[in-house]
Order: sequence, then C-alpha cells, then structure tokens
Amino acid sequence: MAERLRGFARWETALVVLLVLVAVVGQARTGGDFLDGGNLFYLGLDIGEVALIALPLTLVVVAGEIDLSVASVLGLSSAVMGELWNAGWTIEAIMPTVIVLGAVCGLVNGLLVTRLGLPSLAVTIGTLALYRGLALVVLGDGAVADFPSNFTQFGTTPVPGTWLPYPIVLCAVLAVGFAITLHASSFGRSVFAIGSNEEGARFSGIRVKRVKLLLFVLTGAMAALAGIVYTFRFSSARADNGVGLELAVVAAVLLGGVSIFGGRGSLGGVLAGVLLLGGLRNVLILDDVSTEVLTVVTGLLLLVSVLAPSLTARIRSTSTGRRSP
Amino acid sequence: MTHRPAVTSLVLLLTAATALAGCSGTSKDSAQTNAPAAGNSAAANPNAEIKKGLKITYLPKAVNNAYFTTAQKGADQAATALGSELKATGPSDASASSQVTYINTAAQQKQDALVLSANDANAVAPSLKTARGQGMKVVTFDSDAAADARDVFVNQATTQEIATIQVKMIVDATGGKGEIAILSATPNATNQNAWIEIMKTELAKPANSGLKLVDTVYGNDDDQTSFQKMQGLLQAHPDLKGVVSPTTVGIAAAARYLSTSEYKGKVALTGLGTPNLMRDYVKDGTVKSFALWDPTKLGYLATYAAAALASGQITGASGEKFKAGDLGEYTIGEKGEVVLGPPTEFTKDNVDQFQF
Repeated sequence: MAERLRGFARWETALVVLLVLVAVVGQARTGGDFLDGGNLFYLGLDIGEVALIALPLTLVVVAGEIDLSVASVLGLSSAVMGELWNAGWTIEAIMPTVIVLGAVCGLVNGLLVTRLGLPSLAVTIGTLALYRGLALVVLGDGAVADFPSNFTQFGTTPVPGTWLPYPIVLCAVLAVGFAITLHASSFGRSVFAIGSNEEGARFSGIRVKRVKLLLFVLTGAMAALAGIVYTFRFSSARADNGVGLELAVVAAVLLGGVSIFGGRGSLGGVLAGVLLLGGLRNVLILDDVSTEVLTVVTGLLLLVSVLAPSLTARIRSTSTGRRSP
Repeated sequence: MTHRPAVTSLVLLLTAATALAGCSGTSKDSAQTNAPAAGNSAAANPNAEIKKGLKITYLPKAVNNAYFTTAQKGADQAATALGSELKATGPSDASASSQVTYINTAAQQKQDALVLSANDANAVAPSLKTARGQGMKVVTFDSDAAADARDVFVNQATTQEIATIQVKMIVDATGGKGEIAILSATPNATNQNAWIEIMKTELAKPANSGLKLVDTVYGNDDDQTSFQKMQGLLQAHPDLKGVVSPTTVGIAAAARYLSTSEYKGKVALTGLGTPNLMRDYVKDGTVKSFALWDPTKLGYLATYAAAALASGQITGASGEKFKAGDLGEYTIGEKGEVVLGPPTEFTKDNVDQFQF
C-alpha cells in the first residue's frame, strides 16, 4: 500500500511537471498571452464545468464504477431550467429544483447499478441517451436565452478585482469538501476499499451498495449544478448543451491518475488533470494550432492518460522486484 | 454511519442552492429587460482610409465544411486586397457553445475584427459583448448573432429575393402552366416558411395564374424522408408539372429520385441547392436550374465590412456606406444589416465554376 502511494506521488509529480512545462512553453510561444489575467479567466471558464463534474466522478471511478451520463444530465438540467424559466418560475426556485432533478437522475443510475447489479458502463451509456432524449422532449431544438443579467454575469465576468471566474471559486470550495470526504473520512476509506476489493469491503461491514448509490446521486446533483453554470455562462438553455462533455471529464479523471479499475486515485491528481487538459487546449488554440492537430493531440493525451499511470506503476513494481533478492 | 460525509456534502449542496433562493425572487416577469447598447458612440468617418495590416479572425460554424471553406476563399481574397492579415480558425463541431473559446482567443490575441457565422445567436453573445468592450469589431455573416452582440450582419439575400427567384425558376421550368408542389424542410422551419409565404403571394399574382400550388410536404431536412416524400408527391398528383424545394437537402433527395424515375424530364424540379450536390442532376437534365447565394462573395463582403469597421469608416449605423472592392458600394440597412444581393442561379453552363 505504501509503495502504491509512492507510485502515485510520482504520477502526480509528473502531472505538475507537465503543467509547468505547458505554462512555460505556452507563455513563450504566445508572447506572454497565456499567463495573462484575461486569458486565465477564459481558461477558468472553459474548465469550470469539467472540474465540477470531475469532483464526484473521481469518487465514482475510485469505487470501481463509471458514470457516462453526466453530460446528458447537464443538458437535461439546462433544458428544464429553460422550460421552468419560460413557465414563470423564479431563478431562486429553479436552481434547487434542477439540482434535485440531477440527484434523481443519479439515483436512477445508482439503483440500476446497485439493485439490479447491472454494469455501470452499460447503464450509463443507456441513460446518456435517455437523459439527452428527455432534454429534447422538454425543450425541443429551441433555446431559452432571456435569463437576467444579474445571474448570467456569474458566468461571464470575473470576481471583482481579480481574474477568477465565479465557477472556479465555487469549484475550489467544493473541491475542499470532496478532498476531505475522499481522503480524510471513513466514507472515503470505504470508497477506496470498495474499489480495490469489493468482496473484501462487503465482508468488512461496508454497505457497498449504499455507498455506490450515494456516489451516483452526488454525481447527478453535481452534473446538474454544472448545467446551471453552463446555462448562465452561455446565457442559453438548450437541450444539446454539453454534448460530448463526458469524454472530457473522464479523460481528466483518468489523466489525473485515477485507476479505471478502481481503488487508486487522488482528487489533487484529478484537478491537475483538468488543468493540464484545459491548459494545453488553451495554449494550442492561442498558438493558432489547427483544429485537426488539436483533435489529434487531445486523442493522444487520452491514450496517455490511460497508459501512463499504469505504465509507471508497472515499471516501479518490476524495478523494485529486481532489487529485492 | 459510514456514508455521513457524503450525505453532509449533498445536503450542503442543496442548502447552498436554496440559500440563494433567499429573499427576492427573480422570475421572467420581474427581470428587467436591460439591454445596454454596447459602445457604438464613436462617429463614423466615411473618408477614413482602410488601415493596413488589420488583424482579422475568420470563424466559421465549424471547420472542414465545404460551404464555409468556400466563403473563406472570398474572405482571403478580400484580406489580400485590403492588406489585412486574415486568420482562419474554428471548432470541429457546430454545437451551440463550441465557438466561444475561439471568440475569447481572438479577444485575447487582440485581433482588430472578427468575422463569424454564429452557431447559436445567444450562446456567443456574452463573449462577443466582452470582446467588443475590448475594442474588437464583430461582423456576422450567414447566421446572425443577437443584434446587440455584433456591429454588422452580412445577410446572404433578403427573404423576398430568395422567394422571388424560386418562383421565377419554376415559371421558367414549367412554362408557367400546371400544378406544382413544394417539398420543404420541417413544418416549423423559420426560413423556409417565410419563403413559402412570399412564394404564395407571388404565385397569386395574375402573371403567374397558370401555376397552381396543390400541395406542400415536409421532408424534415432528412435525405431519406425527403426522398420518400418526393415519391409520394408524384404518385398523389399525376398531373404535377413541377416541384420547388427551398432546402438543399430536399432538392438533392428529390433530384436523386427524379433522375431514375419515369417522371424525369416530365416533372420540373428547382429550388435552393449547392452545386456539389446538384452538379450531376443539372448535367443529366433532371434539373434545369437551381439557386443559392455565392458563399465566396459572402465571405468577401463580410471581410470588407470588418475592415471598414476596424478603420472607423463605418460604425454599423443604418444609412452608412462602404466600398467592398469588386462588389461595389453597400449601404447598411436597418439593425446593422447589409444584404449581399440576389441569389446566384446555377445551370449546367456555370455550375462547374462553383465548388461547395
């Protein structure tokens, strides 16, 4: 276990080195535009929703499950938000309603996985289509765009006096909560235990199904919160908001060193992964790299994100294996 | 007991949201419709020289789309003629929000002007407004953004012009006599319905009294559905002399059906289509002519408008005039709109000059 943890520390160090590298090279290539306050604000906006969803998804993946329906929950919450706004609801009532709706979406995922024992990959591919379909039923292919500017400004302007976007501040606060939950609570330890050995966890008295169910509910609620942020950021509620975002989130979680097989990972690594993916994309676009290259680079990073952590772990284990007699 | 922290965080999340619900409620009715007009206070100087070395970003709905690649050729020609530096960029998918990153990037790169076709009129508006606040001029073409988020919109053609040319083409193709039908996109497609309304008015004129519109069907802008609707039309109306399809998907599917059916040469087909999709059918005689605006000219005009804005020649106010190279002089109309002009008619004689 201690060795594993050290292996982890190494992957996280690698991530930080990569981050610094992107920042330094980016700064040089773009003539100082990259680390400019204005650009960091845009970068923060671009990664806001991914970061918000990556927080709970980290816990889900550590527990050995996956949730691919997150972007569809985001779209559904955006669509419902638009529809309720059209119906004359107040924003203050819409926001908690939408978050509860997201939690219900997560609950459906969780019940299907834990009560029927279905694989989460299959379940959430199904609900990925289902929730997106419901979003289209709710709002059709129209858009609701007349949200009041005193709310949309949270998605379009920085915190006064800084370059920090509001969603990033929100995310930072929540990240502390999630980090404590995962790394410094008995609940977090049971999440790791379930991910490394579900059978073992069950026999040591952990209520595996209940823990998993809670994680799915939490993910749904956070995806809905990201949907609210997304809607304000673009002042536009649409059923197709955030299509494909689940791939960015999963990529960030895996790049952050969370094992796709469960049981290993850290929230700090995931946040570094989110920053790395977002930062690299930002630098490449700012440097006028063509979209084709951008897609190729993103694809390669996805591969690296799956390969590198397990590769470093393997190298470590073989090298220590050789040393020991 | 083990799940307490997760429950706590969920509860916290919910309370945070409800806390926002606190005192005053903001609903659609109570929200003030305050649309601050973004700074167009500066007066236009019609005699201002076009500045050299203007930095202009060209942002299509998505890259690798033949229509926008063609429009980009026009933008490139204009930039070369103006001595401007044109940079083409753009997302790989045409989703509502994918352009925002590129708009922010253009602002960050301190480009003088942005020429874009908006994927979603509202989703791009906040970032366009911010960019304009930093001094960037914004020209939309093909698809407009919210009117208060851009300086000028270059419209491909007016609704009236697009409808009139289609009536003219069906009159030409049928000799102005007999039953005709319309194969449209979706029943609630804004553009198509507006054109159909005007086409009906045109057909009601005494000069066109020989033509009788007997049916309007909808192919939902889906190739297979349009194909079947065309088949159905011809079976339902044995005396049909012509079909107008004011959508590029519809006309291509209809032409494909017609070209292999017994009706080829007997039933005329026209409408709005792209040369690439229709080339074979005008050459084999299935279709005599079809129309669309020329995207090259659209990109060309939009780039000239961007340069005129960035040089202070125009501000986007109604009545201002600017010169657009080979295309001549244009006047800005209501709501900052500039209209390119009547659509181009394509026949077997000129279709090979267009690649989109």
